Amino acid sequence: MTALRGGYSTQTRAASGMLLSLLLAFMCAAETPEEKGLAIATESTLRDTGWGDYETTATMVLRNRQGDESTRELRIRYLEQEDDGDKSLVVFDRPSDIKGTALLTHTHKAEADDQWLYLPALKRVKRISSSNKSGPFVGSEFAYEDLSSQEVEKHTYKHLRDEALDGLPCFVIERVPVDPDSGYTRQIVWIDQGEYRIQKVDFYDRKDALLKTLSVKGYQLYLDKYWRAGELNMINHQTGKSTQMLWTNTLFRKGFTSRDFDQSSLASVK
Amino acid sequence: MKFPLRYSLLLVLFCAAAQGGEWSGNIAGELRLFPSEPLHGEQHAGNLSLSLDPEFHHEWEERGQSLVFNPFLRLDQHDPERTHADVRELYWQKVAERWELRLGIRTVFWGVTESQHLVDIINQTDLVENLDGEDKLGQPMMDLALIGEWGTLELFILPFFRERTFPGARGRLRAPLSVDTDDPEYESSAEDHHLDWALRWSRSVGDWDIGLSHFSGTGREPQLKLRLGGSDFLKLVPYYDQIQQTGLDVQLTKGPWLWKLEAIHRSGQAESFAAVTAGFEYTFTGVFGTAADVGILAEYLYDSRGDDAPLPFENDVFLGVRVGFNDTQTTELLAGAIVDPQSGATFASLELSRRLGSNWRLNVEARAFLHFPETDPAYSLRNDDYLQAELAWYF
Repeated sequence: MTALRGGYSTQTRAASGMLLSLLLAFMCAAETPEEKGLAIATESTLRDTGWGDYETTATMVLRNRQGDESTRELRIRYLEQEDDGDKSLVVFDRPSDIKGTALLTHTHKAEADDQWLYLPALKRVKRISSSNKSGPFVGSEFAYEDLSSQEVEKHTYKHLRDEALDGLPCFVIERVPVDPDSGYTRQIVWIDQGEYRIQKVDFYDRKDALLKTLSVKGYQLYLDKYWRAGELNMINHQTGKSTQMLWTNTLFRKGFTSRDFDQSSLASVK
Repeated sequence: MKFPLRYSLLLVLFCAAAQGGEWSGNIAGELRLFPSEPLHGEQHAGNLSLSLDPEFHHEWEERGQSLVFNPFLRLDQHDPERTHADVRELYWQKVAERWELRLGIRTVFWGVTESQHLVDIINQTDLVENLDGEDKLGQPMMDLALIGEWGTLELFILPFFRERTFPGARGRLRAPLSVDTDDPEYESSAEDHHLDWALRWSRSVGDWDIGLSHFSGTGREPQLKLRLGGSDFLKLVPYYDQIQQTGLDVQLTKGPWLWKLEAIHRSGQAESFAAVTAGFEYTFTGVFGTAADVGILAEYLYDSRGDDAPLPFENDVFLGVRVGFNDTQTTELLAGAIVDPQSGATFASLELSRRLGSNWRLNVEARAFLHFPETDPAYSLRNDDYLQAELAWYF
């Protein structure tokens, strides 16, 4: 699981850099909405490349239609991969009956992600199926795929229009998931034109009805280059439920290696 | 028990002095109801029990070193054998880039299948806890793991043996004669001080997770021998052989499919034998437009000893269903049955779990033993169907 970051994700290589230059070169000529959409997504990713690793703490507040609340606390660490999807390790602290439960994800650009779950009561590491990407993450309004590493390759894109969102000039693009297992037919994404950060996403379900809206707030700049959101709000329009996700204690360049993201680390992290 | 208790006293002192450590865990009340008349006069129709399962954890050197302490205590209303204390874990750990070293008492799980755990052999089963064999006694060990591109190689040195726990005369879920755990017999003259060892290599390659292991030493699964207790009554005593066991566990993860295999070969305990559990789990996600996942499980259980096997599972089929409701209360259900197609003998089980509020969890468990023939080792459990409710408070 890789949380929604400032932009898309990290994996922009020299190749996509070249692709971007080519796209920009053609921009002045006849650029189709698809080309412009891809160029925006690629630029967003390019700007969020090279962060290396970081760890952060998340608090999720789940609310139902009646306003009842329930809270999740988790610690997450990420490792950027040059030629593949990112690696992440999530450890739960609350609710206390799942304390110590840990989820390790090795995301991939094309093939299915690899996931392992550590169950502290049985001291057991289980390889689990990652095909349930449309399912809810710990009972929240976030699906696994909403929180997954957002590789450029996982969607196709189309620029729709430019418009201001709360006074911030934004590109509005439509992205369509490549994976047939996705729970969405499409997403409409607002990306600000200054820093290429996701500001808002509308999610459309398999029947193409508006399902959820994500609003992103409180962006902070780290290492003078990388934007990370402080607060994500996901509202489910069909059930009236919502989940607020607050990010704190974000620390970059902890010096993690792939050893901090293997099955041994899954069992020994507490 | 001598060793763990001595260590834990030291650790309690250490914990008192330690800064930055952290306690978590749970305290749980359990009620078991047995609807059928007990087979033995000293047994009861219901049972209350209380357990305490705290864990202390402290790490320093930026995750490089850590200390874990997990004692366990159960107080049982009727069975003094089930009233017991254990040190599940008490170890120091050092994690480096290419190796990991752990010293102390640990619980280690190996394997992939659901219906039984053939390959899992490091820890002794704490049978009084639950007859599913998933509760384990802490095992004293030195464990060195070497980590490379070729996978993980783990070496275990196991200096002290832990005896299996058995329900006492007043407990349910027992053999017709109760097992006298005060008088175990060993093949080795070193008895419970025989130096056991084990090796395990494991690796994940793409969709495959593979483990290959070997264990040499005191078998965890005793033979039960009939002995004269005093002048006029018979009793069962556990006899622990010296065994060699090689194990293989493999899982292939392909989309919604999990394909699983566990196989062992064991020598030293009567005739050499092989046993296999193999099957799959297929998960339907978001069923009937809900958020719930439904997994279908099927496994085949084979033991080359056939009817001579001390376990009831020698040529059987396990069918099960797992439901994850993916709700705020993390409600989960696992129902299944192991069936012997020849005799019709069936072991059926249901487990339901749900969080209440933010710190409580309710676990309900029902187990039934159906149509077991007189020749089956589980025949003595025929009147011990039970319903169990456990309410746990987590801190």
